[in-house]
Amino acid sequence: MAGKFVHQSIKRNEDPDLITGKVQFLDDIELPGMLHAAFKRADYAHARILNIDVSEARKLPGVIAVYTAADFGDYIKPGPLQVPPPTAIKGATYTARTTLPIAVDKVRFSGEPVAVVIAESRYIAEDACDLIFVDYDPLDAVVDLEKAAQPGAPLVHDDTGSNLAGHVFQERGSWEQAVKESDLVVKRRFFINRVAGAAMENRGIVVKWDALAKEMTIWCGTQSPIALRNQTAARLGLFESQVRVISPNTGGGFGPKINTSMPDDVLLTYLAIKLERPIKWYEDRRENFLATTSERDQVHYCEIALKKDGTVLGFKDYFFHNSGAYNPYMMTIPLNTQTHTVSNYRIPHFQTEFNLVFTNQMIATPVRGAGRPFGTFVIERMLDAAAKELGMDKVEIRRKNLLKSTEYPAYTGIIGQDFVEGVLDSGDYPTALEKTVEMIGYDQFRKEIQPRLRAEGKYVGIGVACFTEGTAVGPYEGAKITVGGNGKVVVSTGISSQGQGHYTSFAQIVADQLAVDVKDVKVITGDTGFFGWGAGTFASRGITVAGTAIYLAAQKVHDKALKLASKILEAPVEELELVDGVVRVADVPAKFISLGDLAMRANPQRGVMEPGAEPGLEAIAYYGPPYGATGAGAMAMIVEVDAQTMKVKVDQLAMVHDCGTPVNPMIVEGQVHGGIQMGIGDAFYEELVYDETGQLVTASFMDYLFPQASDMPAKIELGHLETPSPLNPLGLKGVGEAGAIPTPAVFAQAVEDALKDSGVEFTQDTLSPSRIFTFVQKAKGG
Amino acid sequence: MKPAPFDYYAPTSIEEALANLHELGYDGKVLAGGQSLIPAMNFRMARPAALVDLNRIKELFYIKPVDDGSLAIGTMTRDSLVEHDPIVVQRFPIIPFVVKHIAHTQIRNRGTFGGAIAHADPAAQIPALAVALKARLLVRKQGGQRWVNSEDFFLGPFMTVLEPEELLAEVVLPPMAKRSGASYQQVSRQKGGYAQAAVITIVTLDESNRCKEARVVLFSVGETPILSKAASQVLVGSAPSPAVIAQAAEQIARVEVDPGSDLHGSGEYRRQLVNVLVERALTEAFERAK
Amino acid sequence: MAQKVKINLTVNGKAYQREVEPRLLLSDFIRHDLGLTGTHVGCEHGLCGACTVLVDGEAVRSCILFAVQVDGSEVRTVESLGTPDNLHPLQQAFIEKHALQCGFCTPGFLMTIVEYLGKNPNPSDEEIREAIDGNFCRCTGYVNIVEAVRLAAQKMASH
Repeated sequence: MAGKFVHQSIKRNEDPDLITGKVQFLDDIELPGMLHAAFKRADYAHARILNIDVSEARKLPGVIAVYTAADFGDYIKPGPLQVPPPTAIKGATYTARTTLPIAVDKVRFSGEPVAVVIAESRYIAEDACDLIFVDYDPLDAVVDLEKAAQPGAPLVHDDTGSNLAGHVFQERGSWEQAVKESDLVVKRRFFINRVAGAAMENRGIVVKWDALAKEMTIWCGTQSPIALRNQTAARLGLFESQVRVISPNTGGGFGPKINTSMPDDVLLTYLAIKLERPIKWYEDRRENFLATTSERDQVHYCEIALKKDGTVLGFKDYFFHNSGAYNPYMMTIPLNTQTHTVSNYRIPHFQTEFNLVFTNQMIATPVRGAGRPFGTFVIERMLDAAAKELGMDKVEIRRKNLLKSTEYPAYTGIIGQDFVEGVLDSGDYPTALEKTVEMIGYDQFRKEIQPRLRAEGKYVGIGVACFTEGTAVGPYEGAKITVGGNGKVVVSTGISSQGQGHYTSFAQIVADQLAVDVKDVKVITGDTGFFGWGAGTFASRGITVAGTAIYLAAQKVHDKALKLASKILEAPVEELELVDGVVRVADVPAKFISLGDLAMRANPQRGVMEPGAEPGLEAIAYYGPPYGATGAGAMAMIVEVDAQTMKVKVDQLAMVHDCGTPVNPMIVEGQVHGGIQMGIGDAFYEELVYDETGQLVTASFMDYLFPQASDMPAKIELGHLETPSPLNPLGLKGVGEAGAIPTPAVFAQAVEDALKDSGVEFTQDTLSPSRIFTFVQKAKGG
Repeated sequence: MKPAPFDYYAPTSIEEALANLHELGYDGKVLAGGQSLIPAMNFRMARPAALVDLNRIKELFYIKPVDDGSLAIGTMTRDSLVEHDPIVVQRFPIIPFVVKHIAHTQIRNRGTFGGAIAHADPAAQIPALAVALKARLLVRKQGGQRWVNSEDFFLGPFMTVLEPEELLAEVVLPPMAKRSGASYQQVSRQKGGYAQAAVITIVTLDESNRCKEARVVLFSVGETPILSKAASQVLVGSAPSPAVIAQAAEQIARVEVDPGSDLHGSGEYRRQLVNVLVERALTEAFERAK
Repeated sequence: MAQKVKINLTVNGKAYQREVEPRLLLSDFIRHDLGLTGTHVGCEHGLCGACTVLVDGEAVRSCILFAVQVDGSEVRTVESLGTPDNLHPLQQAFIEKHALQCGFCTPGFLMTIVEYLGKNPNPSDEEIREAIDGNFCRCTGYVNIVEAVRLAAQKMASH
């Protein structure tokens, strides 16, 4: 739904300040008397703590306090579940072991805090960490995902009987029926690697306790300020009104910043009260790799049943998901994997089952994509494997099985991360595929280019895959809109921003409704002092869920303005219009009142107020979708492989995506580009590697390969498709994760296609040249 | 990630620096460009008790052509200066080509030619370049100096013949022989990243187009830069045909190197890279020598 | 505790004299001692490029330099480019091409590119990519940054 501003590529309100460095990120905050924290972290992945000697550390000049778990006493408890268990799924079982803010008796992953130092500077705090001596009794580390799930494996949590943290089985139709009716069943095992969110700004927190006012202010680049406020208040026995969380400018989120009740916020809020001094902790990159959360690793056993003509009858997936040492985020990621495995294809029989497993690794919580890329990876790889067995073209097998544009809403029968059955609300998957195939020049590549280049000795290949992006899940978000006496508008919402352009796209929605300029709408996100209800920025839901709440609140303000103006202008509401910041009588434009004047009049200072009236040109609205809006699309890629060194160059990438109405197409494209980069990282470069003792061996950017400019495809072409979602008035769907979802699957297919002479088949992501080499050697029987 | 405390010395002359190093002994560590040292200090993997900072010693920054055609490079000469220096480009065109593969501009703007040699990172370009170009290294200490051939300089990863009180002061590169050609080949995961395997080749042809000399230096596949003996054995005296080149490459990959497996590549893969890269480098170097 | 060292330097045209601990990183000195927080810190091991500043006209990583090393030097940070009301052409180009999202890495990019365009005013796309390879961005996928550099080169040429 286009408006004067919605659907326009408007330059961002936030840019002039950001581009000149005139903004406040977390580590820019300086407060009088502020102290600095550093954590002493476990060197072992799994060990009993025999003794911690902090006496030397406490003596160091400049050190204010050193605390171990014992010093915190009863305050140390496992944190709350951040996400509830999926009780809506019949038979789902789980064992909750939530995050401990500081290790008590035992460490469960390398990097887990065992002590915290508060000092006059971060330099001194780190010096003190070096003077803390911990005696450990090392235990066998639980590292391998599948072995961890076996009976008799060493236990991450002594009292759980096994490392199984959860189990879910879902089925629609009957897999056995599918096998019975099929001509062919293909089986494969897949491995998905772990990757980091790796936002450019690390996590961090500044806590200030005002001992006189009994109020706490927390600055934290969090994706969920309200959960942080509420959990902090509950833990410390304070009212929510005594705690204000401000999410300052934040240098990217990508998932890991969603977590609350982490060691830093739990321990430093306590210590700020205890020490009556503000405390800052800005995570360093090593800590970010070791002890913030990350995501991805799964092992899948897949089967696909087909007819000879390529019609898919059934899909079966049995997989393991690595939860890490604790499971505060429950099953969001594997549920996302389940809902994104067959969502865009017409597959009558689908059985999906997973085990959530504890290991001695850092906690797994969503990272951009959050389970979706792996569901996509396994279904797309299985279609490739099936196509190969059937001698079918890879685009053709997809064409054959994609849902048609007439099949919506499509009920998937699979319950997702929002605990309701996944419903594909709208879309046009075949058009997305056809458009993509056309943009990349698939037929010409197959028929002319590839054979010609192959004859010249070049190994070029093409990959094409489809995806869906479940976005905009509930429960709800809200917004408050106030028109000021200056005629400008303030909108505040509970979600926070990490660079998505909310200060502009939200303003565009308001500007259309209230007939003001986008620059005259001030957007406040992530400050509980302004708005205190909501869930947070995750699951590509900001624009759709908070954006719709903003739209609804703006409509309320619009109606309120007209109602008040009707009295003042003595004209019926039906004859009034809101144009260019004034309410006027449509037929008598000279008869008007500005929004600013209306706002002043809406707060009468004398006289009587009408019963039932509410002051101010102000309104609050909430929006909660019945289920998420599903975005979708297709991607294609052309790669060239040096068959001797296995270096891969992505020559061309084409992608069609559908996020319903794009509020700001420029911002949407930027989101997709960023997602693609993360997808390229996932496909080719990024990998968190643990050794057999549970040590993370990629705890720096020297070893963890972050995609650079030269690693991106030389040419990226985006195509847009708009099937507005019927679930919300603007027809919105999210788009933040789209680019990251299909990329690993497309990359694997393209490289495989380039090297098809060898018969190689890839069954994992992060296809480094060495890994490609090993796969090819294996295919050649080496 | 903040470095541990250290004492700081900021000499303004070589003599003063040598006196500092003499006095400090094992406690002293030279700070040249610091582009490897300071990250290691930030991780607290390196904790020198004292740093002797050479950045204020003007007499260590130079590129001086010598009359016999060789080139003397002061130890503190920044990589980016070496990369763009017109005399370097003219006399040793291979140098800028290799140096531009060192990390990124920001690092080359601070990193130093001598510092990289003294640091002896087995994955670094400049130590290998020094060996390939038969560099002679002037090592000074208080009251004395010695010349060391680059081939004899490196003992192991981050280990050289330098004693704690010694300073690598100057690198002298002898002139390239007539009818010689050079090539550099590397494979790294990303531009500016560490090489998974790399080779510098410098070959010389005689009047009858037979190989007179073949210096093949591999790095990132062993503990120090590896000067191939097999290359000379196979190539010297023969006409550099594709078959001979392939034979040399295979010999080197199979016998002379034994790259281990690491995070980014298996030993087998990196051995294959050596084979491919040596073949490509020799082919190109011979082409350029003609 | 190592003795403090007196340093004199110019930052964005302004002379400063300070006493610093030798181990103080230049990035921390600029940000916390001088309060110029436009320069950001993303990795502290010289890889991500967020902390890039100019020292005597050359782009360097301020997180792997000690403040004592720039004694006598001239440092330039993002604060020396433009202001919100009077943007540098490179900053304008970044906004026009949507080359920033969270904006955290951006000052580092700007300083790298300012130096680069000074040396190579008319780069090819491949050269641009190589020039910014030492700066990481997680939001934009670099696509629009490359376009912004191209546009900035045009703008700066016509100035």
